[in-house]
Amino acid sequence: MSASEHRCDIKPDIVQSPGLPVSPEGDPVFPEPWAAEAFAMTVHLHERGVFTWPEWAQALSGQVHQPGRADDGSDYFDCWVAALCDLLAEKQVADEATILSLQQSWQRAAEATPHGMPIELRNDPHRQS
Amino acid sequence: MHDDHETDHHDHHGHAHGHFHDHDNRYTDMQARVRALETVLVEKGLIDPKAVDAIVETYETKIGPKNGARVVAKAWSDPVFADWLKADATAAIASLGYTGRQGEHMRAVFNTPGTHNLIVCTLCSCYPWAVLGLPPTWYKAPAYRSRAVIDPRGVLAEFGLALPQETKIRVWDSTAELRYLVIPERPDGTDGLDEQALAALVSRDAMIGTAIAGVPS
Repeated sequence: MSASEHRCDIKPDIVQSPGLPVSPEGDPVFPEPWAAEAFAMTVHLHERGVFTWPEWAQALSGQVHQPGRADDGSDYFDCWVAALCDLLAEKQVADEATILSLQQSWQRAAEATPHGMPIELRNDPHRQS
Repeated sequence: MHDDHETDHHDHHGHAHGHFHDHDNRYTDMQARVRALETVLVEKGLIDPKAVDAIVETYETKIGPKNGARVVAKAWSDPVFADWLKADATAAIASLGYTGRQGEHMRAVFNTPGTHNLIVCTLCSCYPWAVLGLPPTWYKAPAYRSRAVIDPRGVLAEFGLALPQETKIRVWDSTAELRYLVIPERPDGTDGLDEQALAALVSRDAMIGTAIAGVPS
């Protein structure tokens, strides 16, 4: 894919990720807020030079083409997050065990947080800090 | 005393189908994983949470609501589409390419000269993401969630929207399976405008019901 044709809106390179669901204007469409957050972190990390575009494209492609992915693309952002995790492991930023442990910590924190209160990691009853 | 508002509660809000709303204090694997990534990246100094928020914000305020505005503009311009939207909003909206991840149903509620519609999610923050993008912070805040039902007129006044006393306010309580979209009234003096110009008059807040459509400048 070539560079974005219209430049009235500055679009990050990551918007050109293969398969990214986009609106008629070429802007990404997110199914849920976490997908937008994952997208925004990826844009930011790429802009900061943590990984290059070919590295990202390869990681994403590797996940999208895993067997067992949904035919209709409904798990596209699941692939996206998995690709980001792969890349962070490859760059020795965080391994899968660290991410999984933090993920479970956030889940325990969410369940321990009273309704209507902000969910914070320190609410995890098992967290050692 | 006249009844100046009514609330359309949905079945499972009144019954014990709490699991639909457990996501308020339960994270799905993907929600938690993204939070985990964010935590580790912030700890390592690789991301600046403010910069990430700013990127998200772009989509929240600028891009997301454009989809909904296009739905409204089409409804204003095309009576056949408007009828379809009234009868089956899920299908009419999907025809423009906007669908939710979980296939939640959409219902379009039309403002009329005598009735103003307002959407809320009293239990958490169910929101029509596919057409409005990400919810604004106040939509998720307990103050809005509780007061929109108890005192909708007061809430609207705080948003700077003073409705005539005789206007009825209907409050629609969103659920995980059914999301609402307010179709504001088409402003006067917009007869010659095309859909693109009309869409520019439709703000996110007008589609939540805390504002009305703008007037052409």
